[in-house]
Parts: sequence; C-alpha cells; structure tokens
Amino acid sequence: MRGLMSVTEPLLKVENLKKYFPSRKGLFARTPSPVRAVDGIDFEIYPGETFSLVGESGCGKSTTGRLILRLIEPTEGQIWFQGNDITALGRKAMRPFRKSMQIIFQDPYSSLDPRMTIKDIIGEGLKRYDNLKPQQRRDMILEMMSKVGLRSEHYNHYPHEFSGGQRQRIGIARAIILNPKLVVADEPLSALDVSIQAQVINLMQKLKHELHLSYLLITHDLSVVEHISNRIAVMYLGKIVELASRDQLFSQPSHPYTKALFSAIPIPKVGQRKQRIILKGDVPSPINPPSGCRFHPRCHYTQKICAELPPALKEIEMGHWAACHFPPHE
Amino acid sequence: MNDILLNLINLETVFQTRNGVAKAVNGVSFHIRKGEIVGVVGESGSGKSVTALSILRLVPAPGRVISGKILFHEEDLLQLPMAKMRQIRGDRISMIFQEPMTSLNPALIIEDQLIEALVTHRKISRSEARNRAIEMLRLVEISTPEKRIKDYPHHLSGGMRQRVMIAEALLLNPDLLLADEPTTALDVTIQAQILDVMYKLTQEMGTAVMLITHNLGLVAESAKRVEVMYAGKVVEEGPVADIFGNPSHPYTKGLLKSIPVPGQINGEGDQKLYEMKGIIPSLFKLPTGCTFHPRCPEMKSICNQEHPPLCTVSPGHQVLCWHHS
Repeated sequence: MRGLMSVTEPLLKVENLKKYFPSRKGLFARTPSPVRAVDGIDFEIYPGETFSLVGESGCGKSTTGRLILRLIEPTEGQIWFQGNDITALGRKAMRPFRKSMQIIFQDPYSSLDPRMTIKDIIGEGLKRYDNLKPQQRRDMILEMMSKVGLRSEHYNHYPHEFSGGQRQRIGIARAIILNPKLVVADEPLSALDVSIQAQVINLMQKLKHELHLSYLLITHDLSVVEHISNRIAVMYLGKIVELASRDQLFSQPSHPYTKALFSAIPIPKVGQRKQRIILKGDVPSPINPPSGCRFHPRCHYTQKICAELPPALKEIEMGHWAACHFPPHE
Repeated sequence: MNDILLNLINLETVFQTRNGVAKAVNGVSFHIRKGEIVGVVGESGSGKSVTALSILRLVPAPGRVISGKILFHEEDLLQLPMAKMRQIRGDRISMIFQEPMTSLNPALIIEDQLIEALVTHRKISRSEARNRAIEMLRLVEISTPEKRIKDYPHHLSGGMRQRVMIAEALLLNPDLLLADEPTTALDVTIQAQILDVMYKLTQEMGTAVMLITHNLGLVAESAKRVEVMYAGKVVEEGPVADIFGNPSHPYTKGLLKSIPVPGQINGEGDQKLYEMKGIIPSLFKLPTGCTFHPRCPEMKSICNQEHPPLCTVSPGHQVLCWHHS
C-alpha cells in the first residue's frame, strides 16, 4: 500500500496553506497583528488512507480541517482535490466537490439539530444533491442506519432520545450517505466515554474499508492516532513539525516536540512509565509566535541558530519529514 | 486502623427529580490512608464526582446523601453541624475541579481568592497571608508570583489556572485533596507538568489524594490503590498492580481491553479494538441484579436476579461479581 502511494494521485493536496485571523488588541491598536492559526503547511492525502493531524489546542489542526472543506477561506496557499484546484471556486463550482468531502464533528450533542428527526438529519444531504423518489430516499437512509448500527425503528426519533455514542453514529451516517471520498473527522471521539470510543473507532475502520474512504483525522489523542492512522503530521503553532508513517513516527520520533508529546501519554499499565520529558512553560501565542523555530523557547536542545532561522521540513528518511535543525536521533 | 484517614461506609446519594430517583452513589464503601494516592476511575454517570461532593457535603439540590457514613479522622462528617463542616472544607479537605475557569472567581484577582481561605481559617493578617500565597504560587512553579498574584483568572492560561487551583487547594496543608479530573481540560504536555507539581507537593506535605478520572493511564502511573466505579457502585478495588495486572471484574477487563495502548501496534493493517457492547445504564432505571449484566460477556443466570457479593481475589483486591463467589 505504501509503495503504491508514490504512484497514485493524491486525493487531496495542500500547498503552503495559511490562515491568519484578524485580532484586535484593544480599541486603539493601529495595526493589529493577526492570529497565525495555520502558517504555511503542505501535505497530501492518498485514496484509502487515514491521515492524522495531531497537536495541542491552538496548533491549527481544526482550522486546517475547515480550510480544506472550504468552510473558511485561506489567506494564502492552494488546495487541490482529485487534481482540481478548489481554493478559489465559487459556491456553484464548489457544489460537486462538497458531496465528496464530508465532516464528522466533535460534539455529538450540539452538532445535531434537536428539532429534526433522525431520518431528516441523515437524509438532508440527499435532498440537496440527489433527485430521489421518496421511497428510494427512505431505503438509502435505512441502509445507512444499518451500516452504522442504528436500528430501523429509530427512523422517526429525535436526537435527544440517543446516547452520545449513538449520536456520533448518526453524525457518521449523515457524513457518509453521499458516498464521499474524504471524511474530515474533527475529534470524533473526545466527547465519548472510554467504553463507547472503541465502538466508534471500530465503526470508522469498518466503513473506511467498505466505502473506500480516506479520513483526515484531527485529534489530540495519540493512542487513537497510533491505532488507526496510516500517516501522521504533528502540528505546533500553525506549522507541521514532523510528518511520517505511523510506524516511523512511533518507533523513531525525531522532532523534540513529538518526543515530548509521546512521552506525556499516560499508559494504562503499571511499571511502564517512561522517562517523561516535561516541557518548560506554555504554548506561546500564535499572534506573536517565537522567532526562528517556534518550539525553541520550550525545547531542551535549543542552540543559537534555533532562535534565528526557522527550520525547513526536511526528509530525514524515506517518507519521514522533520522540521528541526538538530533532529536528535536515538 | 489508625492510619486510615477517610472511610466511606455504604454511602448512598440520590437525586430526587420529576423523572424519578437517580441513584448516583449506590452503596459505596472504601477507605483512603494517610498520605495515600487512591485513583477512582469510571465513566460518566459512574458516581465518582458525586462521591467526592458527598464527602464535602456539597451535593447540589435535589441531590442528597440518604444513608451511610463518611468517617474522617474517625468522625462522621454527615453528623457534623454545618459550622464545623465549613471549618473542615478547604482546611482539612480541599478539592480541585476539572475546569479551572469555572471554579475561580472571574471578578477577583488571584490574591483575593487565595488569601480568602487563609484569613478565614487561620486568623492571620492580610500581608502575612499574601506572603504565604506568593510562596505557594512559587511552589506550584508559577514564575514571578508577586506579579501574577495581581492578575485576574482570564489573564492566565489553562495550565496556569490549574496551578493556581492547586496552590489554593494546598495552601492550608490539608489532609485530603479531592482532585476531580484535574487535567482533563488541559493538553497532554501541560497535563504532565501539572500532575508532576501536584504529586511533588502532596508527597512533601503528606496530603492524601483521591484522584478522580476516566483516564486509566493516569491512575496506573500514580495511584497506589484503585477503585473502579460503575453505575454508582465500586465494582472492583485493589492495589494498582492487581487491578492492571489481574483485572477481575468483567467491566474492568473490558475497559482495559478497549483502550488503544501506544506501542502495541506491530506491522501493517488495522487491528480491531475490543468492543464492550451496549451503553452505560440510566441511573433512573438500573438493571436488576448486577448492574453490569446487560453488557457483561460472562453473564450467568443468577446475574440478573440478585446483587453480586463482594469477593476477595487476593489480599486487598476485591471484586463485586458472581464469578468469584
């Protein structure tokens, strides 16, 4: 599969993507410096792959997801979907692509309209995009419901009658009914209880194979990332600091931030505690990110150049990229 | 018996609502020794937070404790007059909540929040209290505490606020700290910092910690003993090595199997996670017999008929299950 990737066309390609949000610092600030939520990132997602963006709050991972779906407009950069530049497409021209790109949200409580029944929520996309007879639509909705493990008698129920895990199943059914190619899943598990998370992870994996989906998984949960990703990009303050296949990243993390992130995962086993790398300080503000390497004020390996020159994302081995002047190898 | 700090005996807390009675805590018994870290794990609705609030007698209406004993230093907190209880809260027992923004007063600077407790409980002057507060902020590793103490909570990041909460909770050197999901709202690298500070200080001060969390990893790393809660009951308890090495309740086993563990994946392809079937039961309508039986893969005919007995697996390791009787 990995060998194939180099020859297949990417499903999605992102080039130098940037999103600056205007920030107002008080009433009289003349030139407010923007919040650099996403600050020049490049990556590709191949058909059938799960690509994960991981990072802590404020690193720009969710903004990236929204940019790709064109829910917000990029400040700079290009987004290619199936070989087409969709960055500047208008509403009408975007329509055929919207069908192929869907999203699953974090909060299964606020992302479903409480006044709509399950059939309306799941079938809403069909109404917009396909001219189906009522009977056909009903059949498709019921088919989706059974695919995600909802019983047919729930057809006319309302969201409040469901538990968190079931609501997330409804959100998933709504996302896949239009037969998308790419599903952006923005923290799909973090609102769920531990025993329910496994159910939803397995469902997402099953659907990926059945429907040949690609996922862009946006999450802070590294255990889940390792379980279901093919490739992973680690973000820090709007930049990708490391990008690699799952095995490369978890066996040979290269960037000091990735290492610290991995060492901070609590492992549910006794006596397995690794040497934990405790980072200094908080994540700096994306309004005024540190000069040079954005991680340098918290890094244990900082040298003079780190504060001066931003490191480029370099390929350190086949398919494994890291943005560090001194990638510490084990 | 003497080193037992807190002893819960058959605690029951219910919420009487229009829809019926929710049994949030349904006969919970466990103890915490002096200076010990005990992890209380469970999913939403398992009763772990309500147990902590019951200890402080701060269960919000319409909830109330209907039976049981909460022995603290061998004195039943449930029998104390309110004035006496207020002396214990914040002084002998303090609590850290999940979301520091909602538990700090947004209208007060840090100084005012911190010294309130000191002035109330210790009868010392404001300036002396301020010095103690600054010292405490330094201990939780807040840089330039003499400046930070004049900040409002919204000036601080999430991690800093949680440090302030820890400082406030430990200011009076309590015997017991109830930490309710203290790091759930924080990023993992910040979580590591906060827990590091919290454990370092409580160990130095000899404070016992009741760590309430849904994160089994946190418990495995730090707790000495573990209470696993499900639907208002402790279903398994024991030393941390036994709970993780020899989980004996089907719920504990399922929970441990269903979490993806980093570093466990080899090679290509997807691995299916173990799935616990069903959902957490409604507290208004608990299943008969063992509350876990509808989800249990090892259910026997007796499980939906009668409450399971508490059985001993090994010294200190007990499980509420018919399979061990």
